[in-house]
Amino acid sequence: MGTTHISTGESKSSRVQTNTARVFSYIFLVFVTILSLFPIFLLIINSTRSNAQLSNGFSLLPSTYFGSNFQKAMGNGGLLRAMGNSLLIAAASSIFSVYFSAMTAYGIHVYDFKLKKFAFTFIMVIMMIPTQISAVGFVDLVFKFKLNNTYWPLIIPSIAAPAVFFYMKQYIESALPMEVIEAARVDGSNEFRTFNTIALPMIFPAMAVQLIFAFTSSWNNFFTPALIISKAERRTVPIVISTLRSAVASGGASKDLGYLYMVVMLAIVPVVIVYILVSKHIVGGVALGAVKG
Amino acid sequence: MKNKHKLVSYAKWGYIFITPFFLVYIIFSLIPLLSTFYYSFFDYYQQGLDWIGPNFVGFGNYVKLFDINSTLNNGSLKILTYTKNTMIMWVLGAVPQFIFSLLLAVIFTSERLRIKGQRFFKTVIYMPNLIMAASFAMLFFALFSNVGPVNQVISSITGEEFKYDYLASTNAARLLVATINFLMWFGNTTILLMAGIMGIDQSLFEAAAIDGANSWQVFFKVTIPLLMPIMVYVAITSLIGGLQMFDVPQILTNGGAPAGDCETLIIWLNGYIGGSKNYGIAGAMSVLVFFITGILSLIVYKVLNSDSDKPKKKRG
Repeated sequence: MGTTHISTGESKSSRVQTNTARVFSYIFLVFVTILSLFPIFLLIINSTRSNAQLSNGFSLLPSTYFGSNFQKAMGNGGLLRAMGNSLLIAAASSIFSVYFSAMTAYGIHVYDFKLKKFAFTFIMVIMMIPTQISAVGFVDLVFKFKLNNTYWPLIIPSIAAPAVFFYMKQYIESALPMEVIEAARVDGSNEFRTFNTIALPMIFPAMAVQLIFAFTSSWNNFFTPALIISKAERRTVPIVISTLRSAVASGGASKDLGYLYMVVMLAIVPVVIVYILVSKHIVGGVALGAVKG
Repeated sequence: MKNKHKLVSYAKWGYIFITPFFLVYIIFSLIPLLSTFYYSFFDYYQQGLDWIGPNFVGFGNYVKLFDINSTLNNGSLKILTYTKNTMIMWVLGAVPQFIFSLLLAVIFTSERLRIKGQRFFKTVIYMPNLIMAASFAMLFFALFSNVGPVNQVISSITGEEFKYDYLASTNAARLLVATINFLMWFGNTTILLMAGIMGIDQSLFEAAAIDGANSWQVFFKVTIPLLMPIMVYVAITSLIGGLQMFDVPQILTNGGAPAGDCETLIIWLNGYIGGSKNYGIAGAMSVLVFFITGILSLIVYKVLNSDSDKPKKKRG
């Protein structure tokens, strides 16, 4: 980027060297591409094959049992209900997470107040503390307030998401000039309206990226839901997968492999599709969020 | 433009805007964190349908964790075993992850190579990171089961029936856990390291080239030292994540089989929170995991930071 090419006078041998390096680089890139895609490819192929075909041998070609596997996976309604539960929790918690993190970042960026610096430092420090460490107290609290087997403890805590806050703060600093806010004030807009109708649309790209991240991390979350959900009809997708795994281990579950691949496929593929649609923004967003200046 | 009157009159809005975040954090994270530490000094567990305690026992729970003959250790110090298991699986995944990511980051950012199709490659390698770890583990469980596709392929190549049970072997099972973690995280690490490399002052690379440095010299004498802060950050976050390892070994090995060799610190902790509901012991474990995380992060920081000071000064 902006580099002057000193290579104009490069010798023949160094040009050969560069070409060799380039060939090896592409070979390596193709290798990691296969590494990343092959498990998912295999999953999709296997979800179209019947149990008998799967036990008989390996094949890279799809078969015609997608429909019957799908029906089996949806059969007792357990997976479908779990997907509905997961969708509800993930949608609600990702919206909460992004909206309130943006609000907090906006508050700290736009206003001057005594505890501003402290508030920022505090969030930076707690960002490094893993949630598992406080799980004992969290589960104790949830059961004391009889919130077990409800979705509240999976949704409400996402209002305080330090990493999302940090990302929004970085973005607001670069994309939201104070002049805009002051102009809104002059026009008589109150502070909440300025935030909701003027600031939020301006930071929408950042919100969209974080919405996807927050959604997938909630959709994929296994540890916390497994501790507070025990009723079968309240299960989320990862709990269903885990239940299936223990059932296979104890010999209780049907060993229908087509069914098994289909369940895993249904848990993964929605996220993959959304990712492919918005990947352009995501890959750029990762770096912005994680590396300070 | 700023006048004092304005700053004062808007200050309360700052507090209003940050209140929801802090209120929720205090209720759902800070209080649980403190009560976790608090319960670690109490006998507090469920027996049948009754709750026993909390009764103050001082360091009793910690003593139990470190008493080799206590009922929860039964002859071998579990905390050492599970820390060791966790660290082995983390290292097995993290080392190739860093090598791959560093190589990819250098390839992507190289002015000389000018790789085409970068967006495609980056999109593909980042994708596994968004996949549900539980599903990924379940997929690998199916692929590597003794009648799974991997053994089928080996059978058809060798012509003999091959039915190796990967998940019954400690080394194979640990390697599979590490492989999943590697696949899930190398794309993320690549993007972070790339951002780090692109943050390096380009003129330093030019200066090195004018001085006649070859690619290897540039890599080891310019890129690596200047990338150190980001590498320290990546290593520490990876370590913290590694110590929280739960989903993958839990699902793949159904809770740490074979013989508990894939059981991690958090699987162990999980058993005491969700399973036997012993909050006193689980609290003490959490505190220990907290300190283990802190100490290991500090070690990583010291090791990686020890020889990275000299080149930085040159930037002036």
